[in-house]
Amino acid sequence: MPTSRIRLLQGNEACAEGALAAGVRFFAGYPITPSTEIAEILAEKLPSYGGHFLQMEDEIASMAAIIGASLAGTKSMTATSGPGFSLKQENIGYAIMTEVPCVIVDVQRGGPSTGLPTAPSQGDVMQARWGTHGAHPVIALSPASVRETFELTVTAVNFSERFRTPVILLLDEVIGHMRESVELPDVSELKLVDRRKPTVSPEDYLPYKADSDGIPPMANFGEGYRYHVTGLSHDESGFPTGSPKLTKDLILRLHDKVEKYKDEITITEKYMTDDADVIIFCYGCIARPARRAVKDARAAGKKVGMLRTATIWPFPDKVLLETVKNAKAVIAPEMNMGQLLEEVQKHLGCTKIVEPVDKVDGELITPAEILAKIEEVL
Amino acid sequence: MSVAEKYLRMNKMPHIWCPGCGNGIVLAALLRAIDQLQLDKNNTVVVSGIGCSSRASGYLDFNTLHTTHGRALAFATGVKVAKPHLDVLVIMGDGDATAIGGNHFIHAARRNIDLTAIVFNNNIYGMTGGQYSPLTPTGSKATTCPYGNLERNFDIAKLALAAGATYVGRATTYHAKMLTDLIVKAVQNKGFSLVEAVTGCPIGYGRKNKLGSPAKMIEWQKENSVNVKAAAKMQPGELKDKIIIGELYNEPAPEFCEEYGKMIESFRERRSCND
Repeated sequence: MPTSRIRLLQGNEACAEGALAAGVRFFAGYPITPSTEIAEILAEKLPSYGGHFLQMEDEIASMAAIIGASLAGTKSMTATSGPGFSLKQENIGYAIMTEVPCVIVDVQRGGPSTGLPTAPSQGDVMQARWGTHGAHPVIALSPASVRETFELTVTAVNFSERFRTPVILLLDEVIGHMRESVELPDVSELKLVDRRKPTVSPEDYLPYKADSDGIPPMANFGEGYRYHVTGLSHDESGFPTGSPKLTKDLILRLHDKVEKYKDEITITEKYMTDDADVIIFCYGCIARPARRAVKDARAAGKKVGMLRTATIWPFPDKVLLETVKNAKAVIAPEMNMGQLLEEVQKHLGCTKIVEPVDKVDGELITPAEILAKIEEVL
Repeated sequence: MSVAEKYLRMNKMPHIWCPGCGNGIVLAALLRAIDQLQLDKNNTVVVSGIGCSSRASGYLDFNTLHTTHGRALAFATGVKVAKPHLDVLVIMGDGDATAIGGNHFIHAARRNIDLTAIVFNNNIYGMTGGQYSPLTPTGSKATTCPYGNLERNFDIAKLALAAGATYVGRATTYHAKMLTDLIVKAVQNKGFSLVEAVTGCPIGYGRKNKLGSPAKMIEWQKENSVNVKAAAKMQPGELKDKIIIGELYNEPAPEFCEEYGKMIESFRERRSCND
């Protein structure tokens, strides 16, 4: 009898399954609510895949260890929550600067500080963007369901390998802990991406010389290409440079390799937006009350739609502008004090009414709260 | 061909170290050890932190990883666990290894993971201009303890031992030959090994403490060191403020990557039994 692939899964479980399906064979983490299940599941499963799980001494070490493992050629991931995400920031910057593929899962919880460890929040949106110092690009994704958590975990690993950059997966506590019945795709159906290897001889290899697509081929440690990796500003050979020109070339290329592929990286969902007067712009678990609000508003004869983005960074400005073109107002419900709202305002200027629905008490935003705001702007 | 030409990226010379700095002596000892061990350049990874001594990674013709401050051992742990067949050497300074990296230091030792940590101990933060470190002796001066260090300093050999390191050795830049021998045995040890290399920073530490020329500082190392075998026959009072050198500990214990490998293997066997 064929076994059904339909399973009742938690978001954190789907994330762990997605990591395994994407080829992650190294995980390093530190216990933290509400992400711990991801570590527990991978501790149990990775050895049977020939992979390694490490519980490190702290969050900083976990981030360092996944960079080391990735340089040695193993797809690597860590998972944490807000406080741990803060601690990892320096080494996330290191991975951006040294172009080491890896995935950081942040199951967001209430903050600041220890905050509300078991309550949902979307407070790390700007931390994902600007948590580490310096001028840098970021890719951050945020799923709205258990099934999408699986898919976006695979996508995050693929993006990290393709663009040679850390990718941040922003879950929220609701998505992490919610259980849904999902049918996971078979691994053979998935398109997996591996970092591009150099085609030149070791003597001719310049580890930070990009191909025409802006991304340098990557040799793994132990493959005969001996090179230097440093977080210092470096030239194409990988060695430190103080040259203003070479520094600028590097920083601009790091930005370009994300900016150039923004359309490919941007994943959005439109729901009843074609004729909408009001667009709800949202992400993560807030897509769920937002969808309910759209249905209820439509039932009452109001033209409301939803633009839900799974790609938080780079910000999906093109899709936003195009979707809201004929709308009167945009509502941005978020479980923070309006972090992505400011991006919306930045891109729409004064051309539209842009209104927040903020919530920072650890409770979900309800459809009624969004509906009330719709009444206000219509 | 000299060991320098054999193992250094000569096109990266001159190095950044000050005249009289002891780091070159430690690096040369490391090169001789690598030569004796016949380490394969392609299968050796040198990981370092941040600071003067950690710049050595850039000069070494291996797979080299110059990481963030204090985190070299955590990066190295990822490299080693992911690819256990690679030989991983970790270069750190005293501030890097025992202050900001203190947690990683004790936990790498506790795991007994097969890494060789070489700590260049010059008793000071050199690159930032001479601030006191956890290895600056009590009473010594530094830019951030201008009236003398009130804090007590670590004995990192004892620290590593208490944390679970299976090989611990210490030598000074005067005892360069001994340093080479200790590094050889540390790399051969299947587990976490620490070699503390007592070195001099004439600019950041020596001047502030009126220790004289670089040569004088090396003479001081000679006069104030006691071999561990001789120390065993001496009274605690006689050993006060002395540097105990030699092989301080060498007791094998199960190594982390090997134990993990056995666990992975047991899953393979279970699968093949089920087939």
